[in-house]
Amino acid sequence: MKYLDEFRAREPVQRCAAEIRRVVTRPWTLMEVCGGQTHSIVKHSLEALLPPDISLIHGPGCPVCVTPVDMLDKAHQIAADPRVIFCTFGDMLRVPGSTTDLFGVKARGADVRIVYSPLDVLEIAAANPDREVVFFAVGFETTAPANAMAVYQAKLRKLGNVSMLVSHVLVPPAIAAILSSSTNRVQGFLAAGHVCAIMGTREYIPLAQQYRVPIVVTGFEPLDILQGVLMCVRQLEQGRHEVENQYSRVVAEAGNNHAKGMIAEVFTVVERGWRGIGSIPASGLGLSDAYRDFDALKRFHVEESNPADVGECISGEVLQGIRKPNQCPAFGTRCTPEHPLGATMVSSEGACAAYYHYRSPTPT
Amino acid sequence: MCLAIPGKIASITNSQPLTRAGKVDFGGVVKEINLAFVPEADIGDYVIAHVGFAIARVSEAEARRTLGELQGDAR
Ligand code: SF4
Repeated sequence: MKYLDEFRAREPVQRCAAEIRRVVTRPWTLMEVCGGQTHSIVKHSLEALLPPDISLIHGPGCPVCVTPVDMLDKAHQIAADPRVIFCTFGDMLRVPGSTTDLFGVKARGADVRIVYSPLDVLEIAAANPDREVVFFAVGFETTAPANAMAVYQAKLRKLGNVSMLVSHVLVPPAIAAILSSSTNRVQGFLAAGHVCAIMGTREYIPLAQQYRVPIVVTGFEPLDILQGVLMCVRQLEQGRHEVENQYSRVVAEAGNNHAKGMIAEVFTVVERGWRGIGSIPASGLGLSDAYRDFDALKRFHVEESNPADVGECISGEVLQGIRKPNQCPAFGTRCTPEHPLGATMVSSEGACAAYYHYRSPTPT
Repeated sequence: MCLAIPGKIASITNSQPLTRAGKVDFGGVVKEINLAFVPEADIGDYVIAHVGFAIARVSEAEARRTLGELQGDAR
């Protein structure tokens, strides 16, 4: 397929890996931010092509994995309401809250439906005027314009039975949180290409300058990732810390202004909790005042939950790159994709699930 | 869940600004995709699609440049 096969071809991938080996003179630790990149790295065994001096650590870039437990508990309460049709992306079904998951709520009779696009929610609402249709709006900047468009159109079409449980997260504040942590080991970032397709590259410039780290906006195919690593390592070896764009075929410096405009119309920046990391100021999106009527938390009464102890799950450390999934004592034994203890094992883009699917459970 | 893949616009099925849509071909699988965020994209263009929305048009010139840079690296 065009724009996929060329970026998976064996020969240029090998050539790029050889160039990385030629350039590297000392150890460097890089983080790929996005779960899609983690998936690609593990699936294509890209780490095996890199010199041992380069360590890749897997960042918090999976919105499913970072959705906080109390938000899941709220979703489960709303979904259990017999008036409600609860719509969600399929990835969210098996993410554990403190007592159950959406699958469990559905098994007990709730009307939980998987949607492919947030626009599907509007059609379900139009077809079921006597029901309350709630959408679990999660995602990074990549997904925010689509979810914002659904709210915008719901208002335009006067669909009074639509609301959203919004748990959107933003990438740059998470990068800042990782860099300012005392345990930080990350020396360079591969930024998430599709997040930047929306937001552009400029908001990373102050981060690169303040923390003196190279940030390379990177795509998702094997060649993209290796080229991103090469650009990042070149900067490190030369003592530079700039924002560079490997994924220029998709990412414009200014991002997508139409999409950004829709986000600004519907959402506003809020403080947001991140599963495994904790609350980060100005790190999420919530509905702005003009769209507060569409807030499911205003429409339904939900009890505040006291999320249970996370037990032996170390997904918080995995999400921050402090430990690798296979360093978790439960990995592959008590915790598997069929019986996940933490969200990073549930989502196919979670680091634990990626490790489970593509490599053996022995620590490396 | 940020999975977003390139596909080729095969036809435009709706040209209203907010609901602009088209059939997009992902290597043989054709889906109806909202094109409101890529008003510049037309039939024959490749777009990156995510949850039913095109989020960017793929630039052929930039794709070639990226692949070309790597050829340069080898020398
Ligand atoms: S393997 Fe399971 S228990 Fe361990 S960190 Fe990953 S999700 Fe948590």
